[in-house]
Amino acid sequence: MLKKSSIAKILLLLAFFSLTFSGSAAAQEGKKLDVKEIVFEHIADSYLWHIATVGEREVAIPLPIIVRSAGGGWHVFSSAKLEYGSSYKGFFIAHNGDYKGKVVELNAAGKIARPSIDISLTKNALALLISCAVLLIVILPLASWYRRGNVKPAKGFRGAVEMLLVDVYNEVIKPCIGEDYKRFAPYLLMVFFFIFVNNLMGLVPFFPGGANVTGNIAITMVLAVCTFLIVNFSGTKEYWREVLWPEVPMWLKVPAPIMPVIEIFGVLTKPFALMIRLFANIMAGHSVILGLICLVFVTASMGVAINAGMSVLAVVFACFMSLVELLVAYIQAYVFTLLSAVFIGMARVKHEH
Amino acid sequence: MSLLTPDIGLLFWMTLSFGIVFFILAKFGFPVITKAVDARNSYIEKSLEDARLAEEKLAALNLQADEILGKAHGERRVLLDEAQEIKKKMLSEAKDLAEAETRQRLKRAVVEVEEVKANAMNQLREQIADISVRVAEKVIGVQLSRDSEQEQLIERLLDEEIVRKT
Repeated sequence: MLKKSSIAKILLLLAFFSLTFSGSAAAQEGKKLDVKEIVFEHIADSYLWHIATVGEREVAIPLPIIVRSAGGGWHVFSSAKLEYGSSYKGFFIAHNGDYKGKVVELNAAGKIARPSIDISLTKNALALLISCAVLLIVILPLASWYRRGNVKPAKGFRGAVEMLLVDVYNEVIKPCIGEDYKRFAPYLLMVFFFIFVNNLMGLVPFFPGGANVTGNIAITMVLAVCTFLIVNFSGTKEYWREVLWPEVPMWLKVPAPIMPVIEIFGVLTKPFALMIRLFANIMAGHSVILGLICLVFVTASMGVAINAGMSVLAVVFACFMSLVELLVAYIQAYVFTLLSAVFIGMARVKHEH
Repeated sequence: MSLLTPDIGLLFWMTLSFGIVFFILAKFGFPVITKAVDARNSYIEKSLEDARLAEEKLAALNLQADEILGKAHGERRVLLDEAQEIKKKMLSEAKDLAEAETRQRLKRAVVEVEEVKANAMNQLREQIADISVRVAEKVIGVQLSRDSEQEQLIERLLDEEIVRKT
């Protein structure tokens, strides 16, 4: 009984807290909350790592902007200089149009244009680097454990990492690729841990996590291109024969190469599907959780009772979604690795006659 | 949709960081781990195989030991039987020997007794002859000469007498 009542108390407190919070937020904005805007702002990349808004002030980590202007010359400066719509050295952040949220400059014709090169260390780029550091911190201790000549399995956190690694290695890489799995194991393990670490970091709601890294198409594109290159560069003669001259009735390939075209199309769609699957899954997960949290603020103007009820509901649903996303984080990393391994295995076919 | 257009800057950072981390982990991370894991797996497999072989060998050795033990038991049996036989034989031989000895001694004793008896008989005869002659002298009052005729007579009489008495 005591437990039940204490849980109810906590929920009530939470609802009350969110109520006051959302009330102040609504009062501050003085207008209707644009959920779509908030969600898209999070999903998209940004030049600042926004942490919280305290009163009027935005608490954010400024990140370096590295651009090469169309007129030539590199510029490196802090994104804090572009805050609140101010411009620096002719660069400013577009508020609408095609380049909304991006660093732009006025070109010779006086029109808004992107700098010729923009390799700013954005929020996603920084989150990516943090994830890479985490990845090294996770994997290298296990490697050093074995380099020291240990034969017994590692214990503790390293043991957990080993369990994941060995599972992927034995259950995915070995059976999917076959004979020369050792050549491709490092890449596939790298892909698995990279995606998994980034997915998990994305689920942490505050700095240094929370960035939508694997839900960004640029990230998944690089991964998919890597798999594409490895699959096609390690393809055997038999694989290319199956693509360009498949065993189908002659009329399907001689006057018009119908089957070869379809096969080549398939070669391209495989990595494309990999790219879209990971991107869409992670982006959708982030969107749903954000949408649920926004429910608290959307209902702020609908009265205390509705707002309190919806707040509790939103928190419960967001918790549930976070757990689902935890599952998705693993599943998507696993699926990407599995399909990459399967594609590589298919490209390593041997002549069988 | 800006969501679906990959950002060049992020592509750059991704390629760079992924490439560097992949290089590091592919050189110092994953191969070390997978090699160790593979080595451990084969070690475990080999150990299991070795254990199986050792068990088989042990079973074979046990069988052999049982065989040897069985053989030893049989040999012991045979040896014991032989010893028993030898013992019996020795006992019976000793018994035979003892019997023969006893018989011989008995025979010898009988012979001696016979001899002594004959001697005694002879002496007795002589004394009886003397006494008879002396008695006869006294009876007839003459000295009788102990010539051979008389002697023979006495001998005959004694023989008769002894024969009758016995």
